Amino acid sequence: MEQQGYFAGLMGGIKSLCTGLKVTMREFWTPKITERYPENRKTNKMFERFRGQLILPHNELNEHKCVGCGICQMVCPNDTIVIKSEMREGEDGKKRKVLVEHVYDHGRCMYCMLCVTSCPHGALAFDNEFEYAVFDRTKLVKQLNHPGSKVQPKK
Amino acid sequence: MFDFSDVTTPLHAFLSRLLGESLAVVTECVLVAVALISIYAVFAMIMIYAERKVCAAFQCRIGPDRVGKWGWLQVISDVLKMMTKEVINLRQTDRFLHRIAPFLVVTASMTTFACLPWNKGAQIIDFNVGVFFFLAVGSVGVVGILLAGWSSNNKYSLIGAMRSGAQIISYELSIGMVMLTMICLTGTMSFSEICQQQADLGWNIFRGHIIALPAFIIYLIAGNAECNRGPFDLPESESELTAGYHTEYSGMDFGYYYLAEYLNIVVCAGIAATIFLGGWAPFVVPGLDGFNEVMSMIPGFVWFVGKTFFVIGLLLWQRWTFPRLRIDQILTLEWKYLIPISMTLLIGMALLVSFGLTF
Repeated sequence: MEQQGYFAGLMGGIKSLCTGLKVTMREFWTPKITERYPENRKTNKMFERFRGQLILPHNELNEHKCVGCGICQMVCPNDTIVIKSEMREGEDGKKRKVLVEHVYDHGRCMYCMLCVTSCPHGALAFDNEFEYAVFDRTKLVKQLNHPGSKVQPKK
Repeated sequence: MFDFSDVTTPLHAFLSRLLGESLAVVTECVLVAVALISIYAVFAMIMIYAERKVCAAFQCRIGPDRVGKWGWLQVISDVLKMMTKEVINLRQTDRFLHRIAPFLVVTASMTTFACLPWNKGAQIIDFNVGVFFFLAVGSVGVVGILLAGWSSNNKYSLIGAMRSGAQIISYELSIGMVMLTMICLTGTMSFSEICQQQADLGWNIFRGHIIALPAFIIYLIAGNAECNRGPFDLPESESELTAGYHTEYSGMDFGYYYLAEYLNIVVCAGIAATIFLGGWAPFVVPGLDGFNEVMSMIPGFVWFVGKTFFVIGLLLWQRWTFPRLRIDQILTLEWKYLIPISMTLLIGMALLVSFGLTF
């Protein structure tokens, strides 16, 4: 930084201090961003990017997009995801891998989102749910595919 | 204007008749001490609450609002917590100095607090060299801080105390210089006379105009440094020195430092209000008689406390705006900028007064 003269430096300093004071005074009057959580529980909305828990979105026909390839299981650093799949013969007579159970251990998840980004079918997502405290650790192990669901047919 | 001596003179007469002259004075001393300590405690609570709320507002937060309505019980519970905590005696400390240090700090702060002129006729300590007395007693606090750092037998405490000593002794100079500037204008060192003069002639900040305003700003900067706050809080800079000189204190011994720190702000703001903003003198505009009438109806202590809190607001504003300075920057600011400026202001004020350019 260039060395300023005594008076130029003094005046510059005062000016920048006043700029700082102006910024904080403006901040003083802006509406506060604190969420009053338990009271505003009904209306509180998490921001879109928040990673709550992993979900396998189903459409209204109870169909998901997971083909049971197991990439998410391989890519997960914490062994959070376990895929159980089997080979089944389809209506056209070809054998296909079909998802039986997509097991997600929430207690081990570190929310890195590698599973979501690496899924070739875009089957996984994170929702914005954040109230997941339970008294028993086994309750955190969840099956993500709904009972009776099947894979969405290719268009 | 409400004169507080209307209350004290009959009380003194009554007590003298009841108890005799000397015993009456002792009783009055006790009464004044009780009043002083309770006002001190109340102001400490108000300050802690105000600090937390104002700080929160500057940072776009709400601040404490869970304990009691708007969180007003928070401070009381904090005080109770502080008082019930154990005072830990550490091995290898200088036990005597370690215990005596917080009392020195709190005594200095209380004695300066007693110098404030609350109302017309309601000064506790008031004599012809009141400003000198204030500066002298205010300096006792730094002894307590240095003792705390030394007796704790802890490198962080010692570094914090040394920084505090260097800082307070330096900034005392410009405080003294600025006070001299204003004494040059008022011609008296007694706080009550300074206030009375301002009630008669107008606030010093208007009377001294172009000199008094920069002097006021320099007083605020230097006073803030005296209180070890704000951009000048490096004696206790928590990121480097854990808590500086009071690292090794716990319970109420720590509480005394906490109390003294907040009350020093009140004292600093109160003296600023006294010397620059007229103390208990109401705001009057020459010519507007109706307006002046209304303003004079408001009692003096309301004016004084209002002005004090205005100055406290200014101090809080800058405290939550500026980042902490390094020790060399603090000393540069004092020795290379504030002292030359305040010396110039002193000469400028002398010229203004001698040429009769003040109001």
